[in-house]
Amino acid sequence: MAAILRWARRSAKQALAENGEIPFVDRPKLYFALDLTEELAMTVSPTPPESTSPQSSAKLSRREALAGVAGALTGAVLSGVDATALEGQQARPTPTPPAAPTVAVPADPTRVPGMASEALGARSPFEHPALAPTGVTSGGVYSPLQSLSGTITPADLHFQRHHNGIALIDPRRYELIVHGLVDRPTVFSLADLRRFPPMTRICVIECSGNGRAAYKSPRAEMTPQQVDGMSSNSEWTGVPLRTLFEAVGVRRGATWFLAEGGDAALVSRSVPLEKGMDDAMIAYAQNGEPLRPANGYPARLLLPGFEGSTCIKWVRRIELVDGPLMTRDETSKYTDPLANGTARQFSLVMDAKSIITSPAYPEKLAATGWWPVTGLAWSGRGVITSVDVSTDGGTTWTRARLQEPVLPKAYTRFVHMWKWNGAPAVLMSRATDETGYVQPTRGEFVSARGPGTDYHFNYIRGWRVESGGQVTFAADA
Amino acid sequence: MRRHAWLGGAALGVALAAGACKGGDDNSVREGAMPPSASLGLGRPASAQELATVDRDVNPAGVGLPAGQGTAATGTKVYLTRCASCHGVKGEGVPPNPALVGRIPGDSFPFGADVRAVRTVGNYWPYATTLYDYIRRAMPIDSPGSLAPDEIYGVVAFILAENGIIRHEEVMDATTLPNVTMPARERFVVDDRRGGREVR
Repeated sequence: MAAILRWARRSAKQALAENGEIPFVDRPKLYFALDLTEELAMTVSPTPPESTSPQSSAKLSRREALAGVAGALTGAVLSGVDATALEGQQARPTPTPPAAPTVAVPADPTRVPGMASEALGARSPFEHPALAPTGVTSGGVYSPLQSLSGTITPADLHFQRHHNGIALIDPRRYELIVHGLVDRPTVFSLADLRRFPPMTRICVIECSGNGRAAYKSPRAEMTPQQVDGMSSNSEWTGVPLRTLFEAVGVRRGATWFLAEGGDAALVSRSVPLEKGMDDAMIAYAQNGEPLRPANGYPARLLLPGFEGSTCIKWVRRIELVDGPLMTRDETSKYTDPLANGTARQFSLVMDAKSIITSPAYPEKLAATGWWPVTGLAWSGRGVITSVDVSTDGGTTWTRARLQEPVLPKAYTRFVHMWKWNGAPAVLMSRATDETGYVQPTRGEFVSARGPGTDYHFNYIRGWRVESGGQVTFAADA
Repeated sequence: MRRHAWLGGAALGVALAAGACKGGDDNSVREGAMPPSASLGLGRPASAQELATVDRDVNPAGVGLPAGQGTAATGTKVYLTRCASCHGVKGEGVPPNPALVGRIPGDSFPFGADVRAVRTVGNYWPYATTLYDYIRRAMPIDSPGSLAPDEIYGVVAFILAENGIIRHEEVMDATTLPNVTMPARERFVVDDRRGGREVR
């Protein structure tokens, strides 16, 4: 390899020397130089290149290259997501990755012109975060927590939960009707919504079924995505629901409202009016751009801190009522059976939770020494006040550093520097929120709820580090 | 560079001096207005007709149930053609689609304690009205909204009868359905979590 590298460098130098002065003028010769370096090019395809022609490789459009790479790698690592524990799951297996073109990477990007701009910025061909599974119309689609840094989830990697597919709605025909116990039943267009004074906030949405597979059918080979990928954190922009309520005039006697989606399941939830007057929002933008269809385009209800099922996507109707409607998704589903022979209903607030996203399966620690243990913590009741990290399976704990900003009802990134001595270890994180609530152990959690509990799986997660450095999900921790 | 820094400093000094002269009483900058929401005049009145089209939810008292009726007998044919492929001919469920039929002896409610207990309409469904509401919204999944009221009442009657909650010949309509008492009616309790140290 080193010999080839030297040869390539010399060839490139010769090409440039022959060319006289300015690099980049004699393109054929430069491509010749690239040709020699092609064996050095980092091939990001899992399959052998279909063509070794320098011209075809060099002329491969960036879009083709990226599309092929993304397609090939989608689900390559993550296709094993066990979503079957989610109710109504109808996911198909991730399709076999298609053969992908290779991307020739110049040995020295300072010696050849770079790529030209395109209308949309694409990810590096070396990065391939992916939702999983694909093909879901009724069930969960998990966000790749292990691929993300910081706290904001890119919109195209936000988790999804569908009940009968992704509705595609023409924004020019979109309407939101607010009626019921109001003075002025009103129809708002999207343009109307955008003319109200907007607000922007960052907050987490978590499916209350998040963590079900890890609880009911845990495996050592589970990624953070497979354990807790039914949560995501975005910056949302929209109109406060309170503003709309003031515009239509809420009548005395209204205590709840029904929110109904415009999808093929007309997903509907009853929400206390108090929440609507507090921090609820009709959101039309996410991370600076219009919502993605899978996240509710053109508008969705956002109830910060409440279970994701209540944040009705494609929201088309809000009805002020004098009591909950008792829809299927607040009776038969999204209720918490308890050991005492009852089921907790309208358990809307998501309690504090955290998960280490690195080191985590399928990572392998390459060496002993210092490693950042980092992850995400959040609480539907406010801000995270502290996160503790244990490297000995919960026997001793150390306070982790919280990255600013620490926002209420939003992802908070924590970091703990850990000096690994090569011995087996179990890594855990434990979040505390502003109410004093401390994330429980699995034992405390099961003891409080009963083993048949079916939502709000917020107990402490663990990752096992073997002496060889391999990290796996500590299902029994 | 030095010259620019000096100029910048001078400009800042002038600005500070000007600010000092006017103090906090600079009337050239005013607070932005925040008009009352209702005064913005946004949206248009919803007509009774369009409300009737979309306001189709059913509450536990039966408000919202349309005219029409059905029995288990009339619902059987609809169920077998439109529902059974996913939920089984007797409502036993076709995984991953849920079972609709099943009671637990003594109508106990072991779901929190026993991970094997399977939840159905018969044992984990507090209000009969929800059946109508949900089927009208979302079922059948390949053609939601396609069932007529009589068909929905029939399917509701079929599911309730198969669960042994009503008799097969009982007519379900806007009057009778809200009066059906579901076995799990008293099992649902309001969330008692409040944050704080206690794990619930």
